[in-house]
Amino acid sequence: MARRQHPLWELTRARLLEFIREPEAIFWVFVFPVLLALGLGIAFRNRPAESLRIAVQEGPGAVPLAENLDNSPELRARVLPAAVAQNDLRTGKLALVVIPGDSVTFVYDPTRSEGRLARRVVDDAVQRAAGRSDPRATGERHLTEPGSRYIDFLIPGLLGLNLMGSGMWGIGFNIVQARRRRLLKRLLATPMLRSHYLLAYALSRFIFMLAELAALVGFGWLVFDVRVHGSVIDLLMVSAIGALAFSGLGLLAASRARTVEGVSGIMNLIMMPMWIFSGVFFSYANFPDAMQPFIHALPLTPLLDALRSVMTDGAPLVESLHRLAIVGAWGGLSFAAALKIFRWS
Amino acid sequence: MSCAGELAVRCQGLKKRYGNVVAVDGLDLEVRAGECFGLLGPNGAGKTTTVEILEGLLQPDAGDVQILDMRWGEDDRALRQRLGVQLQETQLAEKLTVEETLRLFRSFFKRGRSLDDVLKLVQLEDKRNAWVSRLSGGQQQRLAVACALVSHPELLFLDEPTTGLDPQSRRQLWDLIVEFKSTGGTVLLTTHYMEEAHRLCDRVAIIDHGQVIALGTPNQLIATLGAEHVVEFALEDGDAVADQWLGQLPGVEEVRREHDVVFLTVSEVHRSVPALLNKLREQNLTLSRLTTHHATLEDVFVALTGRHLRDG
Repeated sequence: MARRQHPLWELTRARLLEFIREPEAIFWVFVFPVLLALGLGIAFRNRPAESLRIAVQEGPGAVPLAENLDNSPELRARVLPAAVAQNDLRTGKLALVVIPGDSVTFVYDPTRSEGRLARRVVDDAVQRAAGRSDPRATGERHLTEPGSRYIDFLIPGLLGLNLMGSGMWGIGFNIVQARRRRLLKRLLATPMLRSHYLLAYALSRFIFMLAELAALVGFGWLVFDVRVHGSVIDLLMVSAIGALAFSGLGLLAASRARTVEGVSGIMNLIMMPMWIFSGVFFSYANFPDAMQPFIHALPLTPLLDALRSVMTDGAPLVESLHRLAIVGAWGGLSFAAALKIFRWS
Repeated sequence: MSCAGELAVRCQGLKKRYGNVVAVDGLDLEVRAGECFGLLGPNGAGKTTTVEILEGLLQPDAGDVQILDMRWGEDDRALRQRLGVQLQETQLAEKLTVEETLRLFRSFFKRGRSLDDVLKLVQLEDKRNAWVSRLSGGQQQRLAVACALVSHPELLFLDEPTTGLDPQSRRQLWDLIVEFKSTGGTVLLTTHYMEEAHRLCDRVAIIDHGQVIALGTPNQLIATLGAEHVVEFALEDGDAVADQWLGQLPGVEEVRREHDVVFLTVSEVHRSVPALLNKLREQNLTLSRLTTHHATLEDVFVALTGRHLRDG
């Protein structure tokens, strides 16, 4: 008699093999989120402060004044005829125009912060050039708050998005396909336990979750220096709960559908509000207060909050327990509902 | 395995309807342990519904089913351990290999064959590492049967196992079934190929409109026609021939027409055909076609229903 493996392991193994042999699935789960992080990370990178563009109006003493101002690292100064300078100032190409003379005059729009800033910087430079001495020595220290960049916000967002997407697509499609191909019915004709079949999906999701986590967090760390400020174990726990919760939702979406088109529609309907409202790409604080209870009831919102709390704020897991409770409740309820209404043939 | 006379399948008064369509209409069946039993009937006769009820995959509306002395709902997993099932139109996972597929199915059963044995049995040893999607239709069907055989079942259900296969693949599957039977296994087979039923089955039930309309060994069923041969002819001048005198030809048991073709069921071809030819010559009628064949289960079906198996 042949040595027999445990059916749960064989079912999980079959799921894993089927998945890694699907090039499209690999792309959407592993490559796409990394490309998205790369694109958005570059587009919204933090730029060094730009220098202010100003002009000195033509007249006596204009050239040395402009040269002097241009030496300041914060300023870009040129000499321009009066008419041109006025026009460029009006159209926003210049922050400020200096009219030289015994008394130097600043022309700028005080409603523009750029103009007000330019006025102070130019005034300082003019006074210092005229011999003003600062009585008190000052120094400066530059501070970058960890996790304050957009990419720090984005990586946990994409992680949550991925946990949702691969949970839903990965499970939903495969189940509906197996149902269409009458494979579910064929399996029912064996002594296989139904719970083993469904559990194998959860297990395979868990294993892929580890790979997805490693890919995205590793990428963020290597390319954008996005660190995990909290404990890696906590991050794993949060991700695992998220992955299992969305497996439950995927199972529910696929529990009755007979066609791949049908299940795609259902899954898009479930995921669409979360793509928009849950704060993947920008904070949900941008939505009106009246919508906040709805937004917080969605499973992705507390999952993203928990991921950011652990990854970005470095907070311990206990601070996210209430969030994880909501995520877990979604998972548990949808799993139970799916089992109840699941169509096997 | 089981002693002769014991029943592997017994069902009585089986009924199943889908909406207004009655799929199975009071069907009784007894399959003896160790025999190959065939359900022969056209598409839509209720064969698949019947088999899926026997397999415990469908609930009947009425009727009693006993499989290997057990009933569904008592201990289904224990019963499933003893059954091998091949369903119509099941497509196995495309991106698993032959071996991986068999391993998966093998893992569900407590006892069974080694993968090597099964692969050899279905002649897929050299396809062991091929993806299911790369197999031919015949190979896929043999793999489906292999999945039913990994457990070394006592009772094997095959639902139209050779539909759509080329003659060579069909013959390979027949060999498999004969092999399984020779080791003491019981087979319940559905088919709409009379040749298949004739060759493989010890007994055949002909099914139409969800009922058994004839039951017996293939030879017994053919014998009910009262004659073993069928003479088929057509005339150039279509309808000119009258049934009365045809029925009075020596050895003719039955006369039947289908469009322009006349079918005579005869017991002795060597007496009936010369007599037929003489009569036609007397009446100056010219044949456009004349053939004879051994009576088949198809002829039995046609005699019973007036329709062909393939007509559906």
